[in-house]
Amino acid sequence: MSATGGGAVAAKPEVETAPARMDLVRRFIQGDLAELRVVLVLAVIWVIFYVQEDRFLSSVNLTNLVLQATAVGLVAVGVVLVLLLGEIDLSVGAVSGLCASIMAVLSVKHGWSPYLAIAAAVLCGTAIGLFQGSVFTRFGIPSFVVTLAGLLAWPGAQLKVLGETGTVNINDPKITGLVSTFYSDAVGWIFALLAIGAFAAVTLLGRQRRLRAGLTAPPLATLLIRVGLVAVVVLVAIWVLNDDRGLPLAVLILLGFVVLFAYVTRRTQFGRHIYAVGGNAEAARRAGIHVQRVRVAVFMIASTMAAIGGIMAASRLLAVNQSSGAGDFLLLAIAAPVIAGTSLFGGRGSVWHALLGALVIQSISNGMDLLGLETSVKFMVTGAVLLAAVVVDAITRRQRQAAGRV
Amino acid sequence: MNGNTPVLALQGVSKRFGPVQALSEVDFEIHEGEVVALVGDNGAGKSTMVKTIAGIHTADEGQILFEGSEVKISGPTDATRLGIATVYQDLALCDNLDVVENLYLGRERVGDGPASVTRSLDETAMEKRTHELLERLAVTITDVRAEVGTMSGGQRQQVAIARSLLGDPKVVLLDEPTAALGVRQTAMVLGLIKRLREEGHGVLVISHNLADVFEVANRIFVLRLGRPAGYFAVGEASQEQIVAAITGAEFGRAGNGQPEHEEEEER
Repeated sequence: MSATGGGAVAAKPEVETAPARMDLVRRFIQGDLAELRVVLVLAVIWVIFYVQEDRFLSSVNLTNLVLQATAVGLVAVGVVLVLLLGEIDLSVGAVSGLCASIMAVLSVKHGWSPYLAIAAAVLCGTAIGLFQGSVFTRFGIPSFVVTLAGLLAWPGAQLKVLGETGTVNINDPKITGLVSTFYSDAVGWIFALLAIGAFAAVTLLGRQRRLRAGLTAPPLATLLIRVGLVAVVVLVAIWVLNDDRGLPLAVLILLGFVVLFAYVTRRTQFGRHIYAVGGNAEAARRAGIHVQRVRVAVFMIASTMAAIGGIMAASRLLAVNQSSGAGDFLLLAIAAPVIAGTSLFGGRGSVWHALLGALVIQSISNGMDLLGLETSVKFMVTGAVLLAAVVVDAITRRQRQAAGRV
Repeated sequence: MNGNTPVLALQGVSKRFGPVQALSEVDFEIHEGEVVALVGDNGAGKSTMVKTIAGIHTADEGQILFEGSEVKISGPTDATRLGIATVYQDLALCDNLDVVENLYLGRERVGDGPASVTRSLDETAMEKRTHELLERLAVTITDVRAEVGTMSGGQRQQVAIARSLLGDPKVVLLDEPTAALGVRQTAMVLGLIKRLREEGHGVLVISHNLADVFEVANRIFVLRLGRPAGYFAVGEASQEQIVAAITGAEFGRAGNGQPEHEEEEER
C-alpha cells in the first residue's frame, strides 16, 4: 500500500491544493476518482448482500471471499499492465491452467521439490509471454488475435501435460500451504502496524522531499487524514481476519505483488514507458522509447502473473484438472481491473484496480453463492456488471473528450 | 562560435522520391540567435527540407555543415545528438501524461543509489527542472502535473517546444507551430519563439502565415518546387515580394523560375 499511496502524493499534489472542491463532481464524472467509485460500489454490494443474508459479512465468509479473490487478483495484476498498453491478453486463463498443471505434474508425478516445481511453472509462464509478445510485436498482429490463438492452444498443451488421468491431486504441504497457511493474531497486528508505518513514512517523507525542493505539497492535514483512512482499513481488515483463522499467507502474496507492480508502474522508468506507449505509441517511439521491448516485457509479466495466479488457484482447490483456468476465470481476470476503472483504451489505470476489482467480482460471486442462486443467474449478473463497468468507462472517456480532454 | 560561421548550413542538398525531385540544390544557412522562416506553397519541399535536417530523410546529394564542419545525419538520433531538435506539427505528446512526464519522456531522470538500480524516477528533480525551464521561457502553465490532454492548443505547442529545449539544442526546427491556433495562443507561441532567439538558439520555422513570419523572423527563406526562390531579410522585403517568390510570379526579374512548370499549372 505504501508505494501507491506515496506515488499519489508525489505525482498529484495539486489534487488537494487546486480550488477543486466544487469540481469534485466533474472529476468524478470524468473518471479521475475511479478508486472512490469502486469503493462505493463495493460498499453497496456488501450492504445489499448483508441485508439479504447476514452471514455475508461474517469473518469466516469475508476471509473465504479474500482467499477466493487472490487467484483472480494476481492474474488481474498482469492484465492491468496489458490494458495500460491498450492491448489485451486473452490467454491468461489458459496460461494459468497450463502452468498450474505443469507444477502439479512435476511435483506429484515426477517428485520435484515444491520450490523447483513452482519455479518451473512460473518460468513456463514467462516463456509463453515472451513467445506471444514476440509474435505480436514482430509481425504486427493484433494482440487480440495472438492471444486468442493462445487461448485455443494452451488448453491443448494442458491436456497433454495432465495425461490420461486428467486430474492431479496436489499433496505437497508446501504447495497447498500457499493458501491454507494462516498467521497468528500477533503476526497479523505486527503486519498491520508495519504496513501503516511504512505508508505513513512514505507519504510524509515524500512531502518533506517536495517541500525541501521548493515544490508545492499537499497540506499536512490531508495527508494525515489519508494515513488515518488507510490505518482504519488495515486495522479493520486484520481484526476481521484474526476473528476467523488469522492473516492468510495468500493475502500477503497478493498484496506483495500489487505493491511491487504499483511501484514499478508508478515510480520507475519502465512503468512510465508503459503509460507512454499506451497513451501515444508513436510519440513514445519518437521520444526514443523502445516500444516493442516494453510491449514484450509487459506480455511476459502478464503471463508470469497468470502462472502465479494459476498456482494459487490450484493450491486452493488442492488439485488441477482439465478445466483449471477454463470457464469464466479469464473473463473475471479481465473484468476485475475494468470494473475498478482501468481503461480498455490504454494509458489509464492502476495496479490497485486489480485488487479492488477482484474484490468486487468475488463479492458478487460469493454473495450469490450464499443466497443459493443458480449458476445461470450468476453468469448473467456478472456479465451485466462487466457491461455496466465498460459502459461507465466509455461514458467517462466521452465526458473527458467533451471537456476538451483526450 | 563567432557570428560568421552559420550554426547549420546546407550546400547543394538534393532529395528525390522516385520520379519526384523534392529538393534540388538547396543552399541554406542559419546562425545562432536567428529566426528563419521557411515558406513556400504546398509541395514546395518545406517538410522534406526539415525532415532532411532532422534525419528522417537522408539527402541524395550535397552536404550538411554543423558549426562549420561537415556532418552525416542518417537518423533522428544523429540530429538530436548534434543539437538539432524538431517539433513536428502533431507535437507527439502523450495526452494521458502530465507536463513533467511529457517533457522528460524517453529521458526520465533516475534517482541515485539504489534508485539507479531499480530505475526509479526522481520526480522532484524533474518537476523542479520543469518549473525552472517553463519560467525561463515565460510559459504560463500553472499546473505542471495536469494532463497535457486537458490543455489548449497553444499550451500543448508550448509544452512540445519546451520539451525540445530540454537537451539544450543549438538549432530548433518548428513545423507550423501556429497552425490551428487562435489569436491569443498564436501570440503566446510567437513570444516563445522570440525567447528562443534571445537565448541564442537558431530557429527554423515553417509557416504559411506571412503575418506571423514578418512578426517573428529575421530572414525568410522561400522554396518553390524544391528550389530556393529567395532569401530575404525581413526589414528589406515586402509581403508582396515574398508572395511573388512563393508563387513564382516574379515581376521585374526573369529566368529565375521554371516557366514550363507555370504553364503546366495554369492549364
